[in-house]
Amino acid sequence: MDMQVKKKLGLKERYAHMTRGLDWETSYQPMDKVFPYVKYEGIKIHDWDKWEDPFRLTMDAYWKYQGEKEKKLYAIIDAFAQNNGHLGVTDARYINALKLFIQGVSPLEYMAHRGFAHVGRQFAGIGPRVACQMQAVDELRHAQTQIHTISNYNKYYNGFHNWRHWHDNVWYLSVPKSFFDDAMTAGPFEFMVAIGFSFEYVLTNLLFVPFMSGAAYNSDMSTVTFGFSAQSDEARHMTLGLEVIKFMLEQDPDNVPIVQRWIDKWFWRGTRVLSLVATMMDYMLPKRVMSWKEAWEIYAEQNGGALFNDLARYGIRPPKAFADACEAKDHLSHQLWGTLYNYGAATAIHTWMPGTEEMDWLSAKYPESFDKYYRPRFEFWAEEAKKGNRFYNKTLPMLCTTCQIPLLFTEPGDPTKICYRESDYNGDKYHFCSDHCKEIFDHEPEKYVQSWLPVHQIYQGHCFKPGTDPTAEGFDPLAAVIEYYGMNFGRDNLDFEGSEDQKNFETWRGEATRNA
Amino acid sequence: MVVAAVKEYKFEPLDRLENFHGNQLLYVGWEDHLMFCAPFCFPLSPQMPFRAVLEQVLPGTYDYHPDFSKIDWGKVEWFKSGKPWRPDHDRTLDENGLKHKDVIRFRTPGLTGIKGSCS
Repeated sequence: MDMQVKKKLGLKERYAHMTRGLDWETSYQPMDKVFPYVKYEGIKIHDWDKWEDPFRLTMDAYWKYQGEKEKKLYAIIDAFAQNNGHLGVTDARYINALKLFIQGVSPLEYMAHRGFAHVGRQFAGIGPRVACQMQAVDELRHAQTQIHTISNYNKYYNGFHNWRHWHDNVWYLSVPKSFFDDAMTAGPFEFMVAIGFSFEYVLTNLLFVPFMSGAAYNSDMSTVTFGFSAQSDEARHMTLGLEVIKFMLEQDPDNVPIVQRWIDKWFWRGTRVLSLVATMMDYMLPKRVMSWKEAWEIYAEQNGGALFNDLARYGIRPPKAFADACEAKDHLSHQLWGTLYNYGAATAIHTWMPGTEEMDWLSAKYPESFDKYYRPRFEFWAEEAKKGNRFYNKTLPMLCTTCQIPLLFTEPGDPTKICYRESDYNGDKYHFCSDHCKEIFDHEPEKYVQSWLPVHQIYQGHCFKPGTDPTAEGFDPLAAVIEYYGMNFGRDNLDFEGSEDQKNFETWRGEATRNA
Repeated sequence: MVVAAVKEYKFEPLDRLENFHGNQLLYVGWEDHLMFCAPFCFPLSPQMPFRAVLEQVLPGTYDYHPDFSKIDWGKVEWFKSGKPWRPDHDRTLDENGLKHKDVIRFRTPGLTGIKGSCS
């Protein structure tokens, strides 16, 4: 008797079996109670099965690919650690870019894991549920590989040991933190536009390309490797972000204005967070990849422009803030680096003034703005520092209620005037750095009146260790806050010049290349 | 209810006046001097005379700048929420109409920062 052997399933069929027909209409509880968050944002979905899976990856294939990538990554991390790879980076200033990454970005990977796990539970359609759950696993892996990779630097350098606590408390880190908290506390569709689309699709190249090519240019093989390990995942995340937008727009014309408003909001929120990356590119990399302005022109103006041309057929226009964001490309990195330098006593990274050649590079890259507005300020600081009078601004700044960045940005079209905006709500005043941050507040004031603004929290007395007495004579609030932050004064903060990091790196590298 | 939410959504603002131990917040910016990267936030008693702000509060914050000692406070132009405003130096913040989280700015005619760059 001939055996009838069934043909092995193709990838497409296998995928269909693993992602379709797994759902059922609940009978003990109404569907609205099982999926309580799918309707309140106003997004109308008529047919969840119209969801086109952007990538057809089944779990078994997923584990296999990820497992192989992990093996490679950990082999390289081990080799990097054993060969003292950290001494091969251009100079120890570079390591501050990694501090910024572990303090500001890696915790967002973890929050992305939680966010996608949450929406993966809340969507009523099985297609997006599976895609979101897979991304949730990816994001957890990214957080983990980054922590493992960067932990090697923690053995030798300051500014790494307390990153998780810093992320939740320190003033400049409340910028990325509040960005993600805003997204996490929105509904599932807004979360997908915020993180899946605006962040992962529109802006991700401006985050990962600068950090990873920055690492490559500065000979940090370990960071390059976790970047590569995440890259194929990022490609999937980008297609998921775009698919979500298209799905919502195709399901109902009423969805268009809601999605447009979210795109407007999250594009702006994202560019504000990316000002940290702008600064990293122009100031923290000893060997620069390209200027922030050049990166913005390629990834936002050209690529973003093409994307929004493509979305025009759905009735979507480019984000409202697009022109203002483009105008800021000449100023963003200089204004923010100046701010980190101002408050260099309260940062868990070192700051410094660029050297003469570096200032010339900035002049060449920013012919419209650097010499006119920023060079005089920077040269003055550099001269004062030489005289032993390094500028440390010790008075706390006014913050934007929405993006939580100090009001450091200037008026569009006038780089000599700080941009002030305000709103009155329920008898209180609220202040903003821009028209766009004000508009976000005005649309949902109940949400942002709860902003945990680090400066106000310090003045309310919430950032001192238990037992601190702010009324005691000679009380030094900055020192008390630094202690609460868990920063070691004089080791984690202050100027790079004269820092322990600088001295140790020089000594250790010297030992590797010279006879004692 | 303005916010999109699944049920009633009402929370106390985090920065209510009563959370600041008797002080109110005053934001101060110095025009044309962006070496100070952003305006400042001060927790001050509403009973503090405005003169004390000029003589006791601002110097510690601004005197790093070579222009600060050159300021003629009689000629300074003041703005409150961006509109021209005239404080009485001998009256308190409260008597000058300054409320919690008000923002004031001052311009010092003739002083425009390091090498005239508004730094």
